[in-house]
Amino acid sequence: MSAIDINVKNAPTSHPIDHLLRADRLPHILCPGCGIGTVVHSYAHAIANSDLPEDQHVCVSGIGCSGRAAGYVNVDSYHATHGRALPFALGIAVHRPELKVTVISGDGDLSSIGGNHLIHAARRNVNMTVICINNFTYGMTGGQVGPTTPIGAKGTTAPKGAVDQPFNLPYLAQATGATFVARWTILHVREFQDAILRCMNKEGFCFIEVLSPCPTGFGRANKIGDGLHEVEIYRERCKIRHGATNLQDIDIDLIDPEKGITVGNFVDIDRPPLVA
Amino acid sequence: MPDSACAMQTREELEPRVLTGSHFMLGDHACAEGALAAGLDFFAGYPITPSTEVAEHLASRLPASGGRFVQMEDELASMAAIIGASAAGARSLTATSGPGFSLMMENIGLAAMLETPCVVANVQRASPSTGIPTMVGQSDILQARWGSHGDYGIIAYCPASPQECFDLTVKAFNAADKYRVPVFVMMDEIVGHMMERVVIPQPKDIPFIGRKKPKTRPGEGQFLSYRPDDDLVPPMAHAGEGYKVHMTGLTHDERGYPAMFPETHDILVNRLVDKIRLNAADIEMHEEFDCDDADTIVVSFGCTARSASAAVRQARAEGLKVGMIRLITVWPFPEGRIRELVAQGDVKRFIVPEINLGQLRREVERLTSLPVLRLNHAGGQMPTPNAILELIRS
Repeated sequence: MSAIDINVKNAPTSHPIDHLLRADRLPHILCPGCGIGTVVHSYAHAIANSDLPEDQHVCVSGIGCSGRAAGYVNVDSYHATHGRALPFALGIAVHRPELKVTVISGDGDLSSIGGNHLIHAARRNVNMTVICINNFTYGMTGGQVGPTTPIGAKGTTAPKGAVDQPFNLPYLAQATGATFVARWTILHVREFQDAILRCMNKEGFCFIEVLSPCPTGFGRANKIGDGLHEVEIYRERCKIRHGATNLQDIDIDLIDPEKGITVGNFVDIDRPPLVA
Repeated sequence: MPDSACAMQTREELEPRVLTGSHFMLGDHACAEGALAAGLDFFAGYPITPSTEVAEHLASRLPASGGRFVQMEDELASMAAIIGASAAGARSLTATSGPGFSLMMENIGLAAMLETPCVVANVQRASPSTGIPTMVGQSDILQARWGSHGDYGIIAYCPASPQECFDLTVKAFNAADKYRVPVFVMMDEIVGHMMERVVIPQPKDIPFIGRKKPKTRPGEGQFLSYRPDDDLVPPMAHAGEGYKVHMTGLTHDERGYPAMFPETHDILVNRLVDKIRLNAADIEMHEEFDCDDADTIVVSFGCTARSASAAVRQARAEGLKVGMIRLITVWPFPEGRIRELVAQGDVKRFIVPEINLGQLRREVERLTSLPVLRLNHAGGQMPTPNAILELIRS
């Protein structure tokens, strides 16, 4: 009997969070090297480690690759229209305050077409956690520049490079009233899961930006390479600075190798949440 | 009654839900009171003339009687929020007017696709665009039926008085829950801003038809959240009940899972249309008088029907053979009755007065080759009884 046979025989046939994923929907639609699967995995882990029963968790997404997240988690899950995940989630959170509502969606969905809803949900301090998957591009439609694309980075709608100032999402979330603001990457799985769990135990509007590679839509056009290469950039250039107060200075420049990326749990304040 | 048990328990200690009695009441307020009497749990809206009084009234009445009121950042958000609340079990409402109604169209399509019951009160004003915000219009009638992209079925009521603003808002909530569709209360500025007697019945006399619930408990076998019953309407599980539903605006199968196949799409969209079309006899409402021997039929709705009925009664007094159909649901439209009247052979023509440039006339023309006379105004004023009477005499 070879060592390989023994390993196969003893290999577990299930994973501890299998029941939190809709196994009957697998395989998923995401590309090789995409980071969205890691985000879904981290959310499922946070649910498993939360004090609340699974039935009390609700996941809402908008449209796009990241918007597919809600479709893979085995809790009550809703896939709303493009940009409208936040007001849809507000309806659930206000009507059933005992439910723990998490929105998982992309940077384009949440900060471009849904940007108005983002700033107002933060201002109102709606009881919900927002996980904003930032891949610097519109992945589902094939790599157009978006509200987070770094200046100079290329997309199919900016063949010579993006010219518009991108959003610094943690700064925006803090300025508009979020009670918890963090930025992580899909490399920082433990820290990211811990941040989600902290949000699940916190009142008010919590915002986590998570950087995630899109090798198909962004990496290829910007000579970053495959997903692993972008994760390598995270490893080399991310600096953890919990409680950083200069959020206006934490712009992301993926293109210039000299520029660092600040990650961490930046804001954790208490403010009365929306009571309707 | 509504799912929110905690709201129900505390309600008795709060302001009464149903203001039983006889009132002198604004149409917009009567709509709000109808919603409260129907068990409204959640309102989300954005101020817009001439519907703002609905929101203002609910801003004090709804939280005081155990519901929740949120003023949203815009109408896109308002519509999305009432769908979310509905998915969590709420009876939910928004109120708006033309420009806001246009912004809601995207998510009205979502409500149709998710089959989340909800009610939209649209107090119509002179349009298009900003038009005349403070003056009457009836020009969102086709938008109510066809405004969001794609094919789907909806229900739309068109009250002609504050009393009907109350009664039809109650009906709207019941129809929304029964058929799992967005339902519109297509008021107009005149009806919304008119004060008249409104009689509100005892709570026990307010009809209530709730949502069909799953027949199995959570975890007992697989609950197929989009498997319809014979009436083409699937039972509905809400967020937090343990069924782990998935709802998506993508074309989905009976599990609610995305299934982008032409066959699945055709089955789903046909069902969304057919659940209203094939149940039209149960849903459609109109009122008619003097139609039996009439050679002229006036078809009217909303505030215009008030002038039209005065004109028809005067014409009858003058010996003219004229009758009237007043729409109570504009959608479904009373196709069967119009066809029947045409088939009887007495009718020689129809007259359709309306405060738009002929939206409903097209609907009547679609059903008959007889002449359909028009009396239109683009908006800002309603036709007088005399103007309609002159057309009847012609």
